[in-house]
Amino acid sequence: MKQAIARFAAALALAALLPQLADAKTPPAKTPPAKAAAAPEEKDAATAEFEKFRAILEEDNPAELFEAKGEDLWKQKRGPNNVSLERCDLGLGAGVVKGAYVQTPRYFADADQVMDIERRIAWCMEKLQGFKRADLVKKPFSTDDYTPDLVSLVTYVASESRGLPVAIPQRHPKEVAAYKIGREIFQYRAGPYDFSCATCHGEDGKRIRMQQLPNLLEKRDAMRAYAGWPGYRMTGGLMHTLQWRMNDCFRQQRFPEPGYLSDAVTDLLTYLGANANGNIYKGPGIKR
Amino acid sequence: MADPMKIRATVSGDVCDIKVLMSHPMETGQRKDSDGKIVPAHFIQTFTIAVNGKTVVDGGCGPSVSRNPVFGFKAKGPKAGDKVTVTWTDNLGDKRSDEATVA
Amino acid sequence: MNTSKPLLLALLFLSCAIARAEGDYRAQALAVIKHDFHDRGQATIDRLDNDAVQYVCNRYSNDPPSDLSDMLEAEQLDTVKFPADGKLLGDWKKGEKIAQSGAGFTWTDRPGLPVGGNCYNCHKISPKEISFGTMGPSLYRYGKRRGTSLSVQKDTYAQIYNAKGYKLCSPMPRFGHIGALTEEQIKDLVGLLLDPESPVNQ
Repeated sequence: MKQAIARFAAALALAALLPQLADAKTPPAKTPPAKAAAAPEEKDAATAEFEKFRAILEEDNPAELFEAKGEDLWKQKRGPNNVSLERCDLGLGAGVVKGAYVQTPRYFADADQVMDIERRIAWCMEKLQGFKRADLVKKPFSTDDYTPDLVSLVTYVASESRGLPVAIPQRHPKEVAAYKIGREIFQYRAGPYDFSCATCHGEDGKRIRMQQLPNLLEKRDAMRAYAGWPGYRMTGGLMHTLQWRMNDCFRQQRFPEPGYLSDAVTDLLTYLGANANGNIYKGPGIKR
Repeated sequence: MADPMKIRATVSGDVCDIKVLMSHPMETGQRKDSDGKIVPAHFIQTFTIAVNGKTVVDGGCGPSVSRNPVFGFKAKGPKAGDKVTVTWTDNLGDKRSDEATVA
Repeated sequence: MNTSKPLLLALLFLSCAIARAEGDYRAQALAVIKHDFHDRGQATIDRLDNDAVQYVCNRYSNDPPSDLSDMLEAEQLDTVKFPADGKLLGDWKKGEKIAQSGAGFTWTDRPGLPVGGNCYNCHKISPKEISFGTMGPSLYRYGKRRGTSLSVQKDTYAQIYNAKGYKLCSPMPRFGHIGALTEEQIKDLVGLLLDPESPVNQ
């Protein structure tokens, strides 16, 4: 252990002496120098087949079932206060659902916080309907025999942004900070395998096994990530949101678990989302 | 009770395209849960599609079909405004009926 | 070694001071992560702490100055422990199974060994496996191209043991160094890559 500390100290000492640090400017986050592009023949038949498969699936996406369920949940009087969510302000005024999904995460003055859509709906369920936060976060993700109400609600709200351009605001200082912090979280390497999000999602045309990895540093690919969510997953037939996607990425990154509806996840979603700004959102997606 | 189905029926020419999306766990009875216990079978066994009360599809279905299944049929005859009723029954005796109007 | 702790503290203090002066979003991000992540299963929050390699790669966005990376690479290479008996070429059949497995270290994995090599996640290896990743270079015909001399064996063993000894900010985990793969497992992977009988070299 002592040896390890000494080594760390030596590295720090050297780092501190180097001019890059001394002039008190952090180099901007950047990707490693581009390597030779992946061999084009890999990009290929397998990928084309998967894309065909996905196109067929998109015609009849079971996500629609969750849209319908979410719409019901939105309009029903529920919770200890027996009110619907129709007075919930998703950022465009109380009760406005259309376009809200593609304009979150955003800053909400009443909560003095940047919130992604799931965090915001949970906030409304707590403040308007009187649900207990502890109950909302207890079992946040879909399992074989359970789909959380929040998942259906997010799917419904997302479906009401179908065909609209992604326009995640970067006006309020907290929105700007969320983006910048999110970018740093995306780049942060740690854990037993030294992985960051960018380790797998920072280069073009790469795969893990047969799974295409979007390069989330690129605008075009950032949309690919934002686009399919919330998504119906064929494996297991479960509906999942971006909160789940971030959680499961960190699991595979061998990190500890990020808090559900936490700042860390919202910041990351702000970064990924705002990178996709300007692209048309096609509604809830379907995954292999 | 099970969640509602999504039914879409559209006419083009003299053919009506009927698509049904059913909300059902479709458990095979072979899967084990995280504790290693078998999850009991629970799947849709039969379903019917009726147009204006007249059965046009009388179908069977088994545990090999995926969760939340989608079915598509083409039928001659139905016209815009006709009423399509889909009903399924599962192996536990649960039933669900939903309606849509042909567009 | 007695001076190392005060030195470390002084340096940490210095780097914190610099960070604050910059209004550094990295420092803020780290604070957010430390606040918002929690232990789950074997994935405990101490995993968020950086060792020297991670620290430097994060600090320099994976592109550290060469004098720094040279020094640390040499150190990382020093961590490689070769088998006492000097035998490096294991059983390629076992190696193939290890290469296939991606198990280990997530919060849903059972703690302990054996851990998988995750090799096919990123590399093409045996041509019989068509589901392979492209994060890393193709290892097909790895042995055919290099032969099986002792120096090639040692080099292959060391790369799997600690890839950071070769390229400091390589995306590849340090499988031996962190105790993910055992000596036996790494030998079997060396066998998979180098054994003339292995499908990799057909």
